[in-house]
Amino acid sequence: MADNILEIHELAVEYHTDEAVIHAVNGVYLNVRQGETIGLVGETGAGKTTVARSIMRILQTPPAKFRGGSIFFQGQDIMTLSEKQMRKIRGDKIAMIFQDPMTALNPIERVGYQIAEAIALHDKVTRAESEKRACDMLETVGIPAGRYKEFPHQFSGGMKQRVVIAMALACNPILLLADEPTTALDVTIQAQVLDMMHSLKEKLGTSVVMITHDLGIVAEICDSVAVVYAGEIVEYGTAEHIFDHPAHPYTVGLFNSLPKLDSTEPRLKPIKGLMPDPTSLPQGCKFYERCPDASEACSAGVPAAVEVSPGHQVKCFLTGVNS
Amino acid sequence: MPALLEVKHLKKYFKTGGGLLHAVDDITFTLEKGRTLGVVGESGCGKTTLGRIILHLLDLTDGQILFEGKDISNPSKKELVKAREQMQIIFQDPYSSLNPRMSVSETIMEPLILQGKLTKDEIMEETGNLMDIVGLAERFKNSYPHELDGGRRQRIGVARALALNPKFIVCDEPVSALDVSIQAQIINLMLDLQEERGLAYMFVTHDLSVVKYISDDIMVMYLGQMVEKAPSDELFSHPMHPYTQALLSAIPVPNIHNKKQRIIMQGELTSPINPKPGCRFMDRCRYASPECSEPQVLEEPLPNHFVACCKSNQKEEEEK
Repeated sequence: MADNILEIHELAVEYHTDEAVIHAVNGVYLNVRQGETIGLVGETGAGKTTVARSIMRILQTPPAKFRGGSIFFQGQDIMTLSEKQMRKIRGDKIAMIFQDPMTALNPIERVGYQIAEAIALHDKVTRAESEKRACDMLETVGIPAGRYKEFPHQFSGGMKQRVVIAMALACNPILLLADEPTTALDVTIQAQVLDMMHSLKEKLGTSVVMITHDLGIVAEICDSVAVVYAGEIVEYGTAEHIFDHPAHPYTVGLFNSLPKLDSTEPRLKPIKGLMPDPTSLPQGCKFYERCPDASEACSAGVPAAVEVSPGHQVKCFLTGVNS
Repeated sequence: MPALLEVKHLKKYFKTGGGLLHAVDDITFTLEKGRTLGVVGESGCGKTTLGRIILHLLDLTDGQILFEGKDISNPSKKELVKAREQMQIIFQDPYSSLNPRMSVSETIMEPLILQGKLTKDEIMEETGNLMDIVGLAERFKNSYPHELDGGRRQRIGVARALALNPKFIVCDEPVSALDVSIQAQIINLMLDLQEERGLAYMFVTHDLSVVKYISDDIMVMYLGQMVEKAPSDELFSHPMHPYTQALLSAIPVPNIHNKKQRIIMQGELTSPINPKPGCRFMDRCRYASPECSEPQVLEEPLPNHFVACCKSNQKEEEEK
């Protein structure tokens, strides 16, 4: 499709250590359209961050190793680009917001300069011009331009995250990868940051890949959702599909294990067990051992993606049976 | 019969270069056996400090703590050891709160050894029981923390807290480092234990949906002060303090059809060093007026619903 900014086909990434091979990402498909916000939801270790880092090509190799697949960004396979070509895209057309604002900033560099640096690197502008644009960016994210010359330690956590966002948006990226941008923040500050990201997105028309484990955030800002489990996307669809008709038992389990504000039930319904060890993944469906509805077939073969309704795909043998 | 825990006008000030930091400022509450008090607020509001003062991990500046009617505000060493048998804590971070060089069973049995009441065999047996209670399989007995995932580590933390059969446990964000599916497992475990043993919890957290689920009463803290306290359902259905209202509206709800109107608060927490005498929330409050710079009094406009805001009555009338 022409209007896809990003197309990922069968991406597979492994980490090689002395003892074992960790299968972090196992055949991920993902399409992102112009202006779309897609949520990548899953637990710790599901491979969400590895996907984002693969798109940025900032995985350390070794230990990481691409086993297969391709990532097309604006029709160009970025896996085949040289590091020099990639550096032109990184920070300019694709930008990333990291999870922890405390470590994402350089502690001995003034914040304004850190933003101006990205601008000067990608656009041929004078120093004064890049400084002016950095000041504008600070204002855009709600920080007075007068604080340009301050250092990261003079900012609170929420402010630092705003600086990181300003840095990511400084060159008007086409695609923004946000890796748990609000996890380290308080709810009230989280609300401020999400609100700001939403209005900036509307203004600039950026496509966003939002990595999170918080289904509340997904409901708030995502157009579509990909549920990641053990390095695979087990369910994929619009936010309406996923929230109204979750089809994969894992997605259902995730929703059930959330404490609900309006619930009166005496106990939560957790998903039993743990995520499988990524060094020795089970043969069949990876959710098989924790699944309440598992049958013989589930342990034997890997389920293929089935379209339950247009645009809503589920990787589960039981979907057809239940509905 | 006296209440299990009674805290009166508790204060903790830290001396800093810039002046006195009011970490906990005049907190009063009581907690009955088998009940849970949730304590919520933003980072830096003093909720963790409050829990630690009650356990005497930090000394108090002023105020009184009564445990089963006995004053333990300034205990002697002997009294403190005795009181600590009854009061335990589960820490936030299951990674840094366990000694990496002690195996699972060593960690759990340490309180029992220190207590010195049981024989070696009895301690071994009790350790096995505790592991069983918190759902740790026996095969992990000789494992070390680094071999286990976050959920299992937090189970060790729970087992260690339970070892001396306490009556009161401070739970300092026990599930915030865990994934939702694991978080639900630990919360259910804690609820089961409360039912079986009649434990009282003080549940400190910033996650409001968790706190609503587990608490009987909820206390909202802002910059060291209690701004509102009410039964859980009452607080969520009828928040009175403007800060509570903003805090509740900020929770992202996993429901796409019910997008609520957010109250976006301006600014961030102000400094708790040498605070002004008036309402500490004033600078961020949308109802602020000159009378807010007077000291705020904690009132009880509805039974068991306390709020410290001179505007709370007025707003209600407006709504009507």
